[in-house]
Amino acid sequence: MAVPVQQPHLRRFELPAVTGVLVREVINYSSYWRSATFAATVEPTIYLLAFGFGFGSIVSTVGGYDYVEFVGTGTVATAVLFASAFPAMFGTFVKYQFQRTYDAILAAPVDTEELVTAEALWVAIRAGVYGCVPMLVAMVFGLDPAWSMLLVPFIAFLAGFGWAFFGIAVAGRVKSIESFSYIIAAVLTPLFLVAGTFFPLDNLPGWAQTLAEANPLHHTVQLVRGAAFGWAGWTDLLRVAYLVGFALVLWRLAIASMQRKLID
Amino acid sequence: MSELAISLRGVVKRYGEITAVNGLDLDVPYGTCVGLLGPNGAGKSTTMRLLTAQAIADEGELHVLGFDLPGESKQARAHCGVTPQLDNLDVMLTVEQNLRVFAHLYRVSRRDRAEAVERALGIANLKDRRDTRVDRLSGGMRRRLLIARALVHRPRLILLDEPTVGLDPQVRQELWALIDALRAEGTTILMSTHYIEEAQRLADTVLIMSHGRAVAAGPPNELVSEHAGREAVEVFGPPARLAEAEADARAAGFSTRRTGTSVSILRIDQANGDVPAGERRPTNLEDVFVLLTGEQID
Repeated sequence: MAVPVQQPHLRRFELPAVTGVLVREVINYSSYWRSATFAATVEPTIYLLAFGFGFGSIVSTVGGYDYVEFVGTGTVATAVLFASAFPAMFGTFVKYQFQRTYDAILAAPVDTEELVTAEALWVAIRAGVYGCVPMLVAMVFGLDPAWSMLLVPFIAFLAGFGWAFFGIAVAGRVKSIESFSYIIAAVLTPLFLVAGTFFPLDNLPGWAQTLAEANPLHHTVQLVRGAAFGWAGWTDLLRVAYLVGFALVLWRLAIASMQRKLID
Repeated sequence: MSELAISLRGVVKRYGEITAVNGLDLDVPYGTCVGLLGPNGAGKSTTMRLLTAQAIADEGELHVLGFDLPGESKQARAHCGVTPQLDNLDVMLTVEQNLRVFAHLYRVSRRDRAEAVERALGIANLKDRRDTRVDRLSGGMRRRLLIARALVHRPRLILLDEPTVGLDPQVRQELWALIDALRAEGTTILMSTHYIEEAQRLADTVLIMSHGRAVAAGPPNELVSEHAGREAVEVFGPPARLAEAEADARAAGFSTRRTGTSVSILRIDQANGDVPAGERRPTNLEDVFVLLTGEQID
């Protein structure tokens, strides 16, 4: 007679489970890093160059900064959005619907909470790196480097974490991949445009300014500008707290959404 | 201390108005291979998902390797290997990378990881394909890799969900040899299948499912003799002749089943009087399967 298995109790949330999922992502990344890097860096850089030199030819300064510097710092948030919400939405959907990767992972000693956290962590790490690209391009065009800019990858990582959870939460709710069009058109595009990336929000109507204050991308833009041009004290700490809260709320929503999708 | 690797009692799983598993009892003793046999939609795959807590039962008790499900499912999964019905390998990765990923997911220690991957490559007979990307493997190689992936951490229990579905006969036989070798090593196996020959060849015990219930369980030979007797007579002919032979046999108290081009009249060895004319043959598990799960497809 075989002896039933004895082992220490596995906790609800375990680092080895998160590591296992991350290892899978890192190994897979070696097969698609070129396309992922291209998509996540070239598009925001084109926005930077188009707006920077397009509007820059008629608007020389905004809020006391050269327009290229203004846009160069702002498009960090755009790069973070492109590198986090989009791959999280599409990647999650493809992995559970078409590749059935999550069925395989959840048959191992990994729970939905660990799976979702690890997937978002990997997306956020990439967003932290890719998010810096527009700022580096802006430096080529005159943005002065500053030591505080070393915090930008961490700001991008924190914002990317929240947006990755947003993407996973959405992916867990939609019935078809085409449904992402609604989210992109009705949610992400307005947030992306009203974040203070390409134009200051000061001249918008009051209600729009109030809405912008709820936009995590706006706080990301402001924090990056703080790192580049000087901090705004407690206001910036509140912005960090807002991004932390955004990530925490979306973390739980993403887990609940995927739990419903993956566990019958 | 339980002698059962899997014990299910009164398990019910509903999806809306559909009851996929309906009061299922299932025992899998350590060191045996149990076959879950049933037509499509019988509840086999749902049962497999219940065992990994990827589906949560509405009623009933589930114990896997001594752990209560779903509460202690993570512990149980650490010692189970699962081969899914649908291929979910990472197709852009190589054979070795796929195994390495799962060595991490199943928490094989860093010290043992390389050896575990080598062993799994040997089981799958894919050592010379270790650097081949999965999307360049044949269907049979991918299936072998799926099984090897489930074995990378030396599990105590293996769940094989339709392991040979959709494969050529040659590849199927190759996989049977692999599963038989695992069985010979004493690994506990629960295998769902709708291939009767597969269950008959590999399983120590077969549980026949229909509409989410167990309708019979036991060693294949015992099931055959209990439900279909030792011999059958097969009557061939045009549809009218088959209907007539079927009606006559039933009137005489025999069980019958259609085989498409013929009618099989069962339990001929237990007949006291006249035996219907036709070709005599030994009964088999397919006779039992059709008898118990019905001749019509739902």
